[in-house]
Amino acid sequence: MKENTEKGNTVLVNIDGREVAATVGSSLLDAALAAGIHIPHICHDPRLTPTGACRLCLVEIEGERGFQTSCTRTVAQGMKVRTQTEGVRASRKNTLELLLSEHCVDCLTCDKDGDCLLQDYSYEYQADKARFPNVAPAAGEPNYTTESFALEYDPSKCVRCQKCVRYCQEVQMAEAITMANRGGSIEVSTGIGISLNESSCELCGGCVNVCPTSALYDKQAKGLGRSKDLKKVRTTCTYCGVGCQMDFNVNPKTNRIVRVTSEVGCIPNNGSLCVKGKYAFDFVHSPERLTTPLIKENGEFREATWDEALALVGKRMTEIRDQHGPDAIAFLSSSRCTNEENYLMQKLARTAGRTNNIDQCATTCHGPSVAGLGESLGSGAMTNAIVEIEDVQTLFLIGANPTEAHPIVGLAMKKALRKGAKLVVCDPRDTWMAKRADIHIKHKPGTDNMLINAMMGYIIEKNLHDPKFVEERCENYPAFLENLKGYTIEKAAEECGVPAHLIREAAEMYAKGTPSSIFYTLGITEHSCGTNNVRNLANLAMLTGQIGKRSSGINPLRGQNNVQGACDMGAMHMALSGYQKVTDPAVRAKFEAAWGVTLPTNVGGRVTDFMEHAGEGKLKAFYCFGEDPIRSEPNSTKLAEDMAKIDFLVSQEIFMTETAKLADVILPATCFAEKDGTFANTERRIQRVRKAVDAPGQARPDWQIISQVATAMGYPMSYNDPGEIYDEMAALSPNFAGINYERIDKVGIQWPCPTKEHPGTPFLHAGRFTRGLGLFQAIPHTPPVEVPDAEYPMILSTGRTLFNYNIANMTRKTAAIEHKQPENFVEVHRDDAAAIGIKNGDMVKVETRRGSLVVKAHVARKVRPGMIWMAFHHEESNTNLLTNDAFDTTTRTGEYKACSARISKP
Amino acid sequence: MRRCARVGEVMAIRTKPDPQSYTFDGFGSGRYPNLMLRGAGELENWQLRTYEQKHEGYVALRKALKMEPSAVTAEVKTSGIRGRGGAGFPTGLKWTFMPKDIEDRKLTRYVVCNADEGEPGTFKDRAIMEYNPHQLIEGLVIAGWAMGCKLGFIYVRGEFKWLVDKLDAALQQAREAGYLGRDILGSGFDFDILTYRGAGAYICGEETALLNSLEGRRGEPRVKPPFPAVKGAFGQPTTVNNVETLAAMPPILRMGGDEYAKLGTPGNTGTRIFGLSGHVKRPGLYELPLGLPLDFILNDLGGGSSTGRKIKAIIPGGASAPMWDASAFDCPMDFDTVKARGSMAGSGGIIAMDESTCMVQATLRLLRFYAHESCGQCTPCREGCNWVTKILTRIEAGQGREEDLPLLESLVPRINMRTLCPLGDAACGPLESALRLFRPEFEHHIRQKTCLVTGTPLLASLGAH
Repeated sequence: MKENTEKGNTVLVNIDGREVAATVGSSLLDAALAAGIHIPHICHDPRLTPTGACRLCLVEIEGERGFQTSCTRTVAQGMKVRTQTEGVRASRKNTLELLLSEHCVDCLTCDKDGDCLLQDYSYEYQADKARFPNVAPAAGEPNYTTESFALEYDPSKCVRCQKCVRYCQEVQMAEAITMANRGGSIEVSTGIGISLNESSCELCGGCVNVCPTSALYDKQAKGLGRSKDLKKVRTTCTYCGVGCQMDFNVNPKTNRIVRVTSEVGCIPNNGSLCVKGKYAFDFVHSPERLTTPLIKENGEFREATWDEALALVGKRMTEIRDQHGPDAIAFLSSSRCTNEENYLMQKLARTAGRTNNIDQCATTCHGPSVAGLGESLGSGAMTNAIVEIEDVQTLFLIGANPTEAHPIVGLAMKKALRKGAKLVVCDPRDTWMAKRADIHIKHKPGTDNMLINAMMGYIIEKNLHDPKFVEERCENYPAFLENLKGYTIEKAAEECGVPAHLIREAAEMYAKGTPSSIFYTLGITEHSCGTNNVRNLANLAMLTGQIGKRSSGINPLRGQNNVQGACDMGAMHMALSGYQKVTDPAVRAKFEAAWGVTLPTNVGGRVTDFMEHAGEGKLKAFYCFGEDPIRSEPNSTKLAEDMAKIDFLVSQEIFMTETAKLADVILPATCFAEKDGTFANTERRIQRVRKAVDAPGQARPDWQIISQVATAMGYPMSYNDPGEIYDEMAALSPNFAGINYERIDKVGIQWPCPTKEHPGTPFLHAGRFTRGLGLFQAIPHTPPVEVPDAEYPMILSTGRTLFNYNIANMTRKTAAIEHKQPENFVEVHRDDAAAIGIKNGDMVKVETRRGSLVVKAHVARKVRPGMIWMAFHHEESNTNLLTNDAFDTTTRTGEYKACSARISKP
Repeated sequence: MRRCARVGEVMAIRTKPDPQSYTFDGFGSGRYPNLMLRGAGELENWQLRTYEQKHEGYVALRKALKMEPSAVTAEVKTSGIRGRGGAGFPTGLKWTFMPKDIEDRKLTRYVVCNADEGEPGTFKDRAIMEYNPHQLIEGLVIAGWAMGCKLGFIYVRGEFKWLVDKLDAALQQAREAGYLGRDILGSGFDFDILTYRGAGAYICGEETALLNSLEGRRGEPRVKPPFPAVKGAFGQPTTVNNVETLAAMPPILRMGGDEYAKLGTPGNTGTRIFGLSGHVKRPGLYELPLGLPLDFILNDLGGGSSTGRKIKAIIPGGASAPMWDASAFDCPMDFDTVKARGSMAGSGGIIAMDESTCMVQATLRLLRFYAHESCGQCTPCREGCNWVTKILTRIEAGQGREEDLPLLESLVPRINMRTLCPLGDAACGPLESALRLFRPEFEHHIRQKTCLVTGTPLLASLGAH
């Protein structure tokens, strides 16, 4: 036995006579639980610092006096532990009886019945609830949750384990709730008893999810099903690109999602969810869902049968294709939908449609990442895994606001910060991360390349770069070096509007980090120089050798649940699934053989091209699947006018969107909770999506609709289930060939995964770039297309907030979210507000050359002076009326992040 | 309404400075000279010039700064002094738990003075801060030098507002005189002290709860390990010492550890300040060498019972210490012997109760304190103390049941040693000892519905106390 001990990182502990191998540093409780030895525990959660408060996990350790809490004890070699002695059991029983005196035993009407730790342990220890009669505070008294639409705190059920408070402070770091009072009167409250909605609560629902009883519960779920009535369906979240694994708790009797939970230990979110993942699913059961096919006649929609609608789509699309050629029709696929559906959509375009006019919303967001990183490194995806983030030593965030846009990646970063990571944030706003950064460079929107070039010049000047890495793994260095000459720190400081020393310190901190990692999102890409911004970040990573290893690389955080997958599946004009180029003869031959058609040869275009062509009258038919370009593309007014010129518009949707209103035919689809399939998250992990409830009315799964449309257009398609589609795709795409539904049943796999034996690829470019040699490129600084002038002296930037998601037609169906963020707003610096005489909460008129809106002013110092910032969630106040339809030169991505504007009193 | 005893008087603690009401000297005539209470009673004694001129002020600091820090710690170890806050842990040894090697010197580390004097029956630290704040400051600077700290904190009980003001004034005097701040006395040693006022919680006298409170968090104890010497205030290595312990540092350095160790008895060295209260003629503070018998303190110093009735019970070391009956009054008052006799020397607060005291009510009064002061974090303390109080309340109110005493007795071993911090143990001290020593009084309350001591009938007045 001895020789096996202390091998590697494990020690052997004897628990109840069993030898248990445990990881060094793990707690005795975790070690026992992992070995299947049951020790009761109420205040323990592996994500939280143990407090040893509930005293249920007491054990006896040989050679030590009294009992020890196993959650706070670290395992040690040779430790002899007994978990079920008479003394220990008696102590636990007594503790349970004390807990029962403060818990109103109300199991008959409790949602948590069947899923309650206190209930389980009380049964196991036969705790006597009469020994200490109930003294719980009365239920129903007003408290901090009374006004909340999301959750309710019932102190009469609270066993004071404080997990909710600790989760809020340690994991979410929202610090919204705390314990009030002392001794037997303690209870959960906000700091000074204010309403939860007014507090710093981020509505993540973590407090509800960690509650061992039902002291904290989801208000909307009350009475809709006890835990034992519900079945849990594991699926992947449909909002941002993090790909959180969550469980829909479905009541099969009512076909209703009652609540959402997540399991500790799941990858990548480890049981944590954000407000959207926890609460934003009321849309699934919304009465506004589309339930029958609709055909427009004389300007009015009428209900139609599926056969009728499909026949009309098939007829008109083929007619226009045959009459006007392949460039007269276009297909917009949906990064909100599954891989299987995106694969089918591009197949539809290229087979029945005979065109390469296929795109999806990556053009709107991370097109420049796919293009820029693809060029520089050979792969346009996030280089590292989310689980690696906690070990990053220097986080370099530029144009990213993860705590709002990618909240669970934000949690991983928060964990890194707690472990001592350094943080550099380059952002024109005081984001959560910026406020806690070691260095915050609050530069002017649109000056990123000035900043990055100056940083790189300084890194070389101070010899902080990695010449060996540059020499061995990269190319085109001299041209790159030549270009840096014009970019001094002083010049950048002036252009960016930040102190020079901050740029120097940021450069040093990034270059010296072991390891450092870059994270960026749309603050980088949504510029007319978006692709150049991305190329330059790749330069920075290569220059310092901060790429191609664990926890180090360049990480575009993808904004939509399956925008990675939509690109992977070839829903874009230049590539088929797995980024296989349409122009490559070998690739063409392979797909032509498989699909039994000749692939189209037209160049194809992007969504912004389609809209331009529509305006010019060249695009005659447009098949729009799960997208609302009128709300999401810049300069909505012009866009709506352009779209109105299309002869035949099909919208495949779940809601009546602005775009759907213009359609000739609307095909009602299922949402992600009503179908099977896979999503690929931002870290290239392919994960399962599972059907939880039946679709409303006649709505059909998108993969079926697409197959039927293809058939109606003369290219028969027939699949029994999405798995069949996936297998067809995988057989044609080496990157995904090793992945099938069986392998990703429990945990998703990160591509590339070429064979069934391959474990997947957590980080890219180890030892060699996908491209071979990393490509340095000389990147000049170019200002935004529109720069402030006398008429429009300010810069308007737009983005996403925590509570809503993009055009918000899904998230705003949830009352708690609407309560938290009911209306559009504009962030104004207090100096600018003072100049026009408005104060916080006043209405203000925001104007650009394209339109104007009157919205509420949030006056503070969150944005730079001379800059304003707006979200684009509110339909009744559409921010994209204002944004500029200027585009990135490479990918045609709109410049949402910088246009000229002015504000005035309305 | 008639109550069954006058326990309220016994527990009364004065909360305003009142020099007239203290007895400060030890056994007079220089037999047991004061080391920490020099000049106590004189309201101007706190001034720096008095301390310098009359009480050898800052002599020890000058001496210490010429010594290696490790030599200072060694001197403290030699002195054998044990912590005066309650647990009696050897101070020199505690100091050596701080990181020692050169590398770790880069770590910020702190020394914290625990001036959250909240133990019922204990009123010694306030006297030191009232009359000899500079001695505390000097002790803290010496501790800072020995442990390589740059910053010290004095965490003062919230109710001692006027003492915080006084300490701040004294600190300013020390800064101006060069005893504090940058380059102290030309030695190159930088050290400063900040005062911090608590918000009125007994639990913050527990060192980890104190550190949480000092950091601006809720005053709740932390799990140990990690011990403060590894991860203390603001996550940095920290040593927490009691006011009296730190105030003993200047005499130890002046006299030398060997000389100091000659005071008291082996293993229980030095002098400590006993706070005598309750039914004695001369209550007050007595600074005495450890090891003098309790009846000497009670009778020879305290003048015996103030009421003429015999003293029935003693709490020998602050409210948390198990009670004694008269059979233990011969016990020498040092750490080890008191422990061997079933109680603890604790914070040195001796509370005397005469025969007219109803022990049921006294126990209830004490337990109500612990139930109120429990932070509420761990189950046995939060609900255990609550239930003990509830049960005692009903016994006291004449509604006790026969099964209540076994229930109370069953709770003791479920609370004692089962709680997160020593507060649960502290609550069990008086409870367990009262049930053991004065059980007939409890039984009488339950069975006869009258008080054994006063004979008065008990009124059904739950919670009216």
